[in-house]
Amino acid sequence: MKLCLVVDDSKVIRKVARRILEELRFDIEEAADGQEALDACDRNMPDVVLLDWNMPVMDGLEFLKAVRAKEGVEQPIVVFCTTENDMSHIRTAIEAGANEYIMKPFDREIIEAKFSQVGLI
Amino acid sequence: MKTQDFDFLAGLLKERSGLMLTADKVYLLESRLTPLARKRGLDTLDALIQKLRISRDDVLIKDVTEAMTTNESFFFRDNTPFDLFKNHVLPAMEKARGPKRRLRIWCAAASTGQEPYSLAILLRENWAKWQGWNIEIIGTDICTQVLEKAKAGVYSQFEVQRGLPIQMLIKYFTQDGDVWRLNDEIRNMVTYRPFNLLSNFIGMGSFDVIYCRNVLIYFDQATKKDVLERMHGTLAADGTLFLGAAETVLGITDKLRPVRGQRGMYVSSSGNAEELMGLGS
Ligand SMILES: C[S@@+](CC[C@H](N)C(=O)[O-])C[C@H]1O[C@@H](n2cnc3c(N)ncnc32)[C@H](O)[C@@H]1O
Repeated sequence: MKLCLVVDDSKVIRKVARRILEELRFDIEEAADGQEALDACDRNMPDVVLLDWNMPVMDGLEFLKAVRAKEGVEQPIVVFCTTENDMSHIRTAIEAGANEYIMKPFDREIIEAKFSQVGLI
Repeated sequence: MKTQDFDFLAGLLKERSGLMLTADKVYLLESRLTPLARKRGLDTLDALIQKLRISRDDVLIKDVTEAMTTNESFFFRDNTPFDLFKNHVLPAMEKARGPKRRLRIWCAAASTGQEPYSLAILLRENWAKWQGWNIEIIGTDICTQVLEKAKAGVYSQFEVQRGLPIQMLIKYFTQDGDVWRLNDEIRNMVTYRPFNLLSNFIGMGSFDVIYCRNVLIYFDQATKKDVLERMHGTLAADGTLFLGAAETVLGITDKLRPVRGQRGMYVSSSGNAEELMGLGS
């Protein structure tokens, strides 16, 4: 099974995402901000990161840049999942190396569609 | 609903659009036609049925028929039919139609446009290759309301997230408040017109590729056979037909056959399309 790291400062969102992704047969780890997510990556690099943008301590974009700067590691697929839904945020994320982008609110169908586009399902 | 009323409506719908309604779908008639009755100033569905019985009001019949269609669609639905288009159909057609530089594609149940626009986007991704070609993508549907939406090319945030890769959203859409507008370069590649699959195909011409997805499921066996065989008549000998995931030609007609190992893809039984596409059997 593939490992998905769910990064969101909302416990509720993490729970919803976990439920959907477990149904899609992913193992799940959770992190509440970018720093926790980086620590999780250092311990065990996930196959995919579902990533919120606005979070305390370290936001999603900073996390993404930090992960992409790591050398000699297997890079994870990164799917943003955020309420930021304007073109300039989307472009910024993709230019920083995000593979897909989900605009909240999301549901199972959207997650499934996006994950299958990046070849995870 | 009285049995004779159900039979009356089911008969009318079958005749007009091919829709097969079984008795367990009474709720569907009620939920879709009651609002229509109200809009027409009629109190109840019964009143609507009475009106239909006594006057053959064509506009009303058309509204009823359209209200009973299921129009769900999304971009790059099921992925595979679009991967096959990109990786096999287009390269084969580039060779086979090279001398004439003409390509005709028909989406025969186009609904709100996601399917023809997905094809247009795939062509656009390699646009240099198609310079000087005359490429037609025709989207047809029985329901004029969905065609209006298709023509407008305006989609909600939810709609653009079901199947559309983010890179393509960035490239081909413009954000406008809550909605996303398809850019004219793609919008102008598709022509829409109302067309009933039960009517004859004379005047449609010949097509190199036909997408007829997720509409035959609503028809009975005889109607499926009729539509498929007439579609075979408009399909070029080396052309390709795509059906929905729950649809097939098997057991219905032998004028067409599935391409082995490729889901949803069908070719003329007498043609050589597979060879052209490098999908030999
Ligand atoms: C579920 S949608 C399919 C849309 C798209 N092909 C897809 O697969 O996503 C089915 C469409 O078939 C249309 N339809 C139903 N009966 C038809 C008929 N007799 N002739 C033409 N279109 C018909 C409906 O109006 C509806 O838009």
